[in-house]
Amino acid sequence: MPMVTGKQARWRVWAAHAFLWALIAITLFPLLAVLSISLRPGNFGAGSLIPTEISLDHWKLALGFSVTGPDGTVVPPPFPVLLWLWNSVKIALVSAFLIVALSATAAYAFARLPFRSKTSILNGMLLLQMFPVAVALVAIYAIFEGIGQQIPWLGVETHAGLIVAYLGGIGTHVWTIKGYFDTIPAEIEENAKVDGATHWQAFRHVLLPMAVPILVVVFVLAFIGIIIEYPVASVLLREEANLTLAVGSKFYLYDQKYLWGDFAAAAVLSGLPITLVFLAAQRWIVSGLTAGGVKE
Amino acid sequence: MHSPALADPAPAGPVMIRPAQASPWPTRIVGGITFIALLWLCFSLITAGQAVTAVGVGVLGGLALYVYAVSKSVAWKYLFPGVTGMLLFIALPLLYTVQIGFTNYSSNNLLSQERARAYLLEQTQVDPASLTSYRLHAVDGGYRLLLEREGSALVSAVFKPGATAPLVMTAGEAPAGNALDVRALIPLRAVLQPLVLALPDGSTLRYAGLREFGQVTQLWTAEADGALRAADSGEIYRPNLTTGFFENSKGERIQPGFTVGIGFANYSRMLFDADFRGPFVSIFIWTVLFAGLTVLFSASLGMTLAVLLNWEALGYRTLYRTLLFLPYAVPGFISILVFKGLFNQNFGEINVILNALFGIRPAWFADPFLAKVMLITVNVWLGFPYFMVLCTGLIKAIPADLYEASALAGAGPLTNFFRITAPLIARPLTPLLIAAFAFNFNNFVLIALLTEGRPDFLNTKIPAGTNDILVSYTYRIAFTDSGQNFGLAAAISTIIFIMVAIMALMQLKFSHKEKR
Repeated sequence: MPMVTGKQARWRVWAAHAFLWALIAITLFPLLAVLSISLRPGNFGAGSLIPTEISLDHWKLALGFSVTGPDGTVVPPPFPVLLWLWNSVKIALVSAFLIVALSATAAYAFARLPFRSKTSILNGMLLLQMFPVAVALVAIYAIFEGIGQQIPWLGVETHAGLIVAYLGGIGTHVWTIKGYFDTIPAEIEENAKVDGATHWQAFRHVLLPMAVPILVVVFVLAFIGIIIEYPVASVLLREEANLTLAVGSKFYLYDQKYLWGDFAAAAVLSGLPITLVFLAAQRWIVSGLTAGGVKE
Repeated sequence: MHSPALADPAPAGPVMIRPAQASPWPTRIVGGITFIALLWLCFSLITAGQAVTAVGVGVLGGLALYVYAVSKSVAWKYLFPGVTGMLLFIALPLLYTVQIGFTNYSSNNLLSQERARAYLLEQTQVDPASLTSYRLHAVDGGYRLLLEREGSALVSAVFKPGATAPLVMTAGEAPAGNALDVRALIPLRAVLQPLVLALPDGSTLRYAGLREFGQVTQLWTAEADGALRAADSGEIYRPNLTTGFFENSKGERIQPGFTVGIGFANYSRMLFDADFRGPFVSIFIWTVLFAGLTVLFSASLGMTLAVLLNWEALGYRTLYRTLLFLPYAVPGFISILVFKGLFNQNFGEINVILNALFGIRPAWFADPFLAKVMLITVNVWLGFPYFMVLCTGLIKAIPADLYEASALAGAGPLTNFFRITAPLIARPLTPLLIAAFAFNFNNFVLIALLTEGRPDFLNTKIPAGTNDILVSYTYRIAFTDSGQNFGLAAAISTIIFIMVAIMALMQLKFSHKEKR
């Protein structure tokens, strides 16, 4: 927008830059602090921000190697961080994939197929998701204990059980995908049906390929949501080898045994794959989050 | 009445040609086999004593069969898995939790009445005067038991493991050979425990440990009307269906209690019990403040940044946007735990910096007000990138000529914001603000990981944290502290759900008005 601006505008630009950099410094400070703490020797909280000595002990322990101290004592890794990371990623990948499958099929029914009381069912699904899961934990534990007595690999303390527990949370995802389906004209599928396709074939070969952006968005959101999920995982998983990262990380920070440095290394390690997945799909995320809220 | 000659040659609308129907027999065969398998599964569940599960499985399996094998409707074939998932893992726990809210289910009243009674009837005591040590000898064909008593020893006949008849003990000599060592007796406990020894004087002794047999009596006996009689005092304890304990005529109770329905007692306690209501109201007010202030600050910060980063005169905008988005990309539980360490009063980096700059070390975790400030700060840190991205998208929809016109009129940036930007994005933003409010109203993870609600109120009957929100307070009542009161927790969560559902309905109404 070509405009004549005065000296005041230049001052404003500089002020804006200064403000933004100050804000970035404050915002990124925790992340940089954690990185510096993971390289600082010892598990104490004190020390300079820019580390004077670099110690790789915390990283070795986080990656599963024992550390030999200068006096010969061998410190084994306190917690199996890589195993927890693998558990989290495995559960999140499978759950996110199944959630996308369930949400997409349900959204197809809501968007394209006629049936009674469509709005009430959809609103009902959204309302159900508002119930705070943190207090339904007694019920969830009781349900899975019952399931576990009949089907052992699906009960408490199993990853399959946890995956199944997450499959209930599809309400908002159905809403999102349905909104996207609504923006795709139905004529394309109808043409396919004229050519002899069934509902399933029109869905699978025509609509789904066109909806890939929103499916990726839902996948990444579900993935992240499950990786950071804490209440249900903490109730259904108790054995140390079964834990996800969200539940296990808390064990580093007991008041009596505050492993701050080890935790910092584990934190950076756990942030990396998730951040990578997130940045890879960022293009779709930004457009997906704002879709449906803007025009009209 | 149309005659064929006048019929429309080209019918309007798309022509739906139904594809040739596939043979129905594969579906019927698979459906039949599944039906039989379902019946067999329900039957085995019923014989295993799980009647309710059998009914549930039967209904679910029956519905699935109907939807996929019988019904012609296509929609439900797509809807069924998703809706079933929601019903099983969201609706069912919800209903179960609401139902618990009408009972006194807690760690003091954990069992059903039948199980409590069965437990009490199993309780036994051993008469110490009757304890007699014994030795077990392994002989050909089984074992022989020797009771050591002053005077004569008593010996049993040879018995095999699994003997159910009482062993008659007669005076006699010890069998030849060495008795089994205590360590050898440990795996033989299953053999020894059911034994009943019949002594010559008519009394019976039972297993009382690895070294002794003694007279074992039941502490409780069952009466005909379901009451229990104490064996020593003879007092009758009746099950009290209002309090959930077995009580005698004086009102004394015995543990364990059992779960009973108490109607609206939990709810009236919330409203009328002054000791409970005090912290409950404070916690409710703080929950509303916490959610409201978080949304206010993070939305304002996000909107300011969105406006700033939309300013064409500013360079490096993409870099700023990426850097400012990073808090959202790091998993929440990591960030929250990191902040927990950074705010540590003695060692945390934040207090190190504040001490170096201003000479103060605020007690973030010990002072209630500072803890609240810390919570809101961390939550704003976590939430502003979301609003920044949202507002960026919304601002892009505002046509640029509005700004050009205002520039011609000589308006400054503040006027631009308040007269043009804000009104135009307020409409689509409002439902999202309400959604964010509802999310933070139930933001359990932040409170649980950062402060666990502490520091506590000093003067409450039930421990409550000064910065607990309703959800974390409920979790605490249910799972931590003494007396784990699931019933009360379930009642509070039902109320929370109703409040949040009302907010959600408001949000839906807004977005429906929006779509028009």
